[in-house]
Amino acid sequence: MSLFTKTINVDDTTMGRYKQIEEIVKLMNDPEHIRNTSIIAHVDHGKTTLSDSLLAAAGIISEQTAGQKLFLDSWELEQKRQMTVFASNISLAHNYKGHDYLINLIDTPGHIDFSGAVTRSLRAVDGSLVVVDAVEGPMTQTETVLMQALRERVKPLLYINKVDRLIKEIRLTPQAIQNKFAKIIARANSLIEKYAPPDHKKDWQVKVEDDRVAFGSALHKWGLNLSHMKAKGISFQDIIDAYTGEPDEVARKVEELSKKAPLYEPILDMFCEHLPNPYQAQPYRQSQIWPGDPNSEVGKAMAKVDPKGPLLMCISTIEVDPHSGVVAIGRVFSGTVEKGKQVRLITARQSGTIQQVYMSMAADRVIVDKVPAGNIAAIAGMSGIHVGETIAEEGVETKPFEGLKYVSDPVVTVAVEPADIKDLPLFDKVIHKLTLEDPNLKFTINKESGEYLLSGMGELHLEITAYRMQEAGLKVKTSKPIVIYRETISHDYKGPAIMGKSPNKHSRLWVTLQKLPDEVIEAIKMGKISEMQSRDERQKILRTEFGWDTDDARNVIAIEDTNLLVNRIKGRQYVEEVIDHIKSGFREAVHTCVLAKEPAYGLKVNLEDIQVHEDPVHRGPAQILPMTWRPIWCAFLLSDPKLLEPILSFECKVPNDFVSAVLAIVQKRRGKVLDMITEEDMMVVKAEMPVAESFGIAEELRSSTQGRAFWATQFSRWAPVPENMQLEIIGQIRERRGLDKNPPKPEEFYERE
Amino acid sequence: MSELVFVGIGLYDEKDLSLRAVEEIKSADKVFAELYTSLLPAFNVKRLETLVGKKVVVVSRKILEDDEGRQILQETKGGKVVFLVPGDPLIATTHVDLRIRAEKMGVKTRIVHGASIISAVIGLTGLQNYKFGRSVTVPFLENSVVADTSYRVVMENRQRGLHTLCFLDLKAEEKRHMTVKEGLRILLEVEEREKKEVVTSKTLAVGVARAGAPNFCIKADYVKDLLQHNFGDPPHALVFPGKLHFMEAEALVSLAGAPRKILEMT
Repeated sequence: MSLFTKTINVDDTTMGRYKQIEEIVKLMNDPEHIRNTSIIAHVDHGKTTLSDSLLAAAGIISEQTAGQKLFLDSWELEQKRQMTVFASNISLAHNYKGHDYLINLIDTPGHIDFSGAVTRSLRAVDGSLVVVDAVEGPMTQTETVLMQALRERVKPLLYINKVDRLIKEIRLTPQAIQNKFAKIIARANSLIEKYAPPDHKKDWQVKVEDDRVAFGSALHKWGLNLSHMKAKGISFQDIIDAYTGEPDEVARKVEELSKKAPLYEPILDMFCEHLPNPYQAQPYRQSQIWPGDPNSEVGKAMAKVDPKGPLLMCISTIEVDPHSGVVAIGRVFSGTVEKGKQVRLITARQSGTIQQVYMSMAADRVIVDKVPAGNIAAIAGMSGIHVGETIAEEGVETKPFEGLKYVSDPVVTVAVEPADIKDLPLFDKVIHKLTLEDPNLKFTINKESGEYLLSGMGELHLEITAYRMQEAGLKVKTSKPIVIYRETISHDYKGPAIMGKSPNKHSRLWVTLQKLPDEVIEAIKMGKISEMQSRDERQKILRTEFGWDTDDARNVIAIEDTNLLVNRIKGRQYVEEVIDHIKSGFREAVHTCVLAKEPAYGLKVNLEDIQVHEDPVHRGPAQILPMTWRPIWCAFLLSDPKLLEPILSFECKVPNDFVSAVLAIVQKRRGKVLDMITEEDMMVVKAEMPVAESFGIAEELRSSTQGRAFWATQFSRWAPVPENMQLEIIGQIRERRGLDKNPPKPEEFYERE
Repeated sequence: MSELVFVGIGLYDEKDLSLRAVEEIKSADKVFAELYTSLLPAFNVKRLETLVGKKVVVVSRKILEDDEGRQILQETKGGKVVFLVPGDPLIATTHVDLRIRAEKMGVKTRIVHGASIISAVIGLTGLQNYKFGRSVTVPFLENSVVADTSYRVVMENRQRGLHTLCFLDLKAEEKRHMTVKEGLRILLEVEEREKKEVVTSKTLAVGVARAGAPNFCIKADYVKDLLQHNFGDPPHALVFPGKLHFMEAEALVSLAGAPRKILEMT
């Protein structure tokens, strides 16, 4: 946030700002004229330049500097990379048809590595502007984010950017430009048709005729839609003309164009005209984004956007501010956030007091007394808060907003350490901040080696994280990226229950092991089956949707990653006193499994029987933990275990001339081409490849296609490592961990009577 | 002949060893000792080594449990191994597993008994051995360990009029030994939840410290007063009397300083 403040001080006068704060506070109480929206765009498709043009409209930065400032990005890194990494929010006022509107703009990352943040920011908004590069067309990731938006019942609008390149570089005729637009629009509409909520498949279609499509150049700060073209008397030929002539002449004509048709006008008008206000949106979005009872007091208040109802707020972003500490930003769906209010953090199950309330003012954050339902607010004072948290009025029963579980598994790890050991305290602080702000980042300490391990969604994600540490004044050393694997079994364990003994041999546990079906694994990943839900709720889903028998369905006692623990023990003494130790033992056993100490995947561990020592000190954790993990590992090793590796889906759009180079890269990296689609003079190559083979692909693609490939990767699935490589890779991982090269034999964990 | 002799060290220092125990050690081919199951306040391995003229190898819980005592069993091959254990070697420990394993391997096993914490504490209180129910340990409440069993054992014994001997947990590796005060607090915590009037501030209890040592300490009192009593160095133990025989009540008053009121309880 500090960057914002600095910029504002340079560009704005204090007086102007205060006037705007007053205006915005007034608008905040008028939900009919509030629009909460986001911008969806692929990296480099111009979201940041667009945001800056919009901010220029708010008079906060001058129009000349817009286009160079890259306002939404709060890190210098993003400016360097020209891409938006973290969601941030801005608010601005806009006058449309004689009425003032408050527009809250939440930034969404366009890179799929951070899709957790995308889902969360979409939850807070009712509409979105999809930005598509006129030259490159819609990219896979933009489409993925659009699909997500539609599923969250977010109404789309379309902005086609970089039209200047169509004219200058490709030299298209007005007709050809319109054909190009028609293609992009048709593609967007087919996605809307497919993924929009059933009631809106038709009326959410974006059309040029009703001004739901705009086009322009964010870099050159001009933009138009059909109404503005008519009103201003500008034709496609006029635009082409503006880009024709000597450089000086073009510069002058384009500047004229940006004065006559500034980009923010059609965009902000479209927001006001076409996006739903909170009164309209909250009733139909409620059932999708919140699993609570619509007939409860809070449910009714949410549908009415009632500022006097019980408070309900969903946190979509956390920022650590040097002045205010942890600041949580999110949408207020019901009631009013006020300084001093007692609230409940539903997921964390703790209470707290709101110590400060903020509102966005352009890109700045200003202190206000309260923020009512329908707005985006920021609050401070709750240190235990996490992204995705549901804040409710103290004493009000509510379910948390769903979908806090993210499908993406961390697939790559690097070891990091401060370059100077004296920086360790700072290192701790920065890690804390980063993991608070980015839930897809996992930080662990390897107890044996003492290494600090950072796991994330991909090579780029971790590179950026390391860079962010340096931004915070911390020099770090990072190791080469290491792939995270999973361990699983090929079939259910067949045989009599396996016995585990405690080290003192005075307690015994019998377990069996099964392989969870893919549907159940998927349900766990999606958070549909979780430890958080009530036993009844869980057993109902397992029984009715997955055909489990009642006993097993009722007795799921722990879920760790994608692994389940089922307690089938009946009529034994002291079970309740050791069950917590058994759960911990199970968690450890599946967290670092046995082939290579990688996490287990999709195991169902059944506790069949138990006998424990009479005295509590002879059945403490030191006894019960090994008694639990040993038979689990034994059964695991007896069920044809195998190593799974993360597979990336890879999509690359490349001129025909370079297709063979791309195919060669895919093949060299153990990849598999799934599909090839011709798009004019470009070819879209859809493929997949193991993460292990993907490192450094960015550089290789760049050099072998002369930078002409547009590509993206995304975690796709876990797949068995090819048979002939299993032992070798297991050996490598084990040696890296300082273990014997060969995995243990089942006999090592097998106990005789 | 392969032989494994379990020798009880007793309760305080090496002088608690019986003459038979010393003879067994002197004639052993190899001597091991474990010191993690209890605290011997004045025991010193060096002094013992001088006394018996033998090297004594102290083994950890890891060697006995995780490695299943293989090191000890291996040394029995064709010779005699003595395994020194605090107290009486097979009371309040889990070493019976080692003994069974040795016998299964064809190693002959014998026991040389030592004074046990059980007889020492019971003896000091003057309560009758015949009237004790199950004994139980009060565990440290950490890593999700609970003391519910300890509480229940006291309750079940009391319901049958029986006394309860409570051992108090120790973490030898961390040099932590539960005191009478800590033990009572833990049980009061369970009481708070269960509310079955098993251990309340008005319950009569007996605290014993350093049983078997010359400077032992014993005090019988109501829990709220016992919490104030300073028992000094570890190890400590706790007794919850059940129904008192008149001789027991008298013993508690004159040997453990119990309030005279308890004489009316009989």
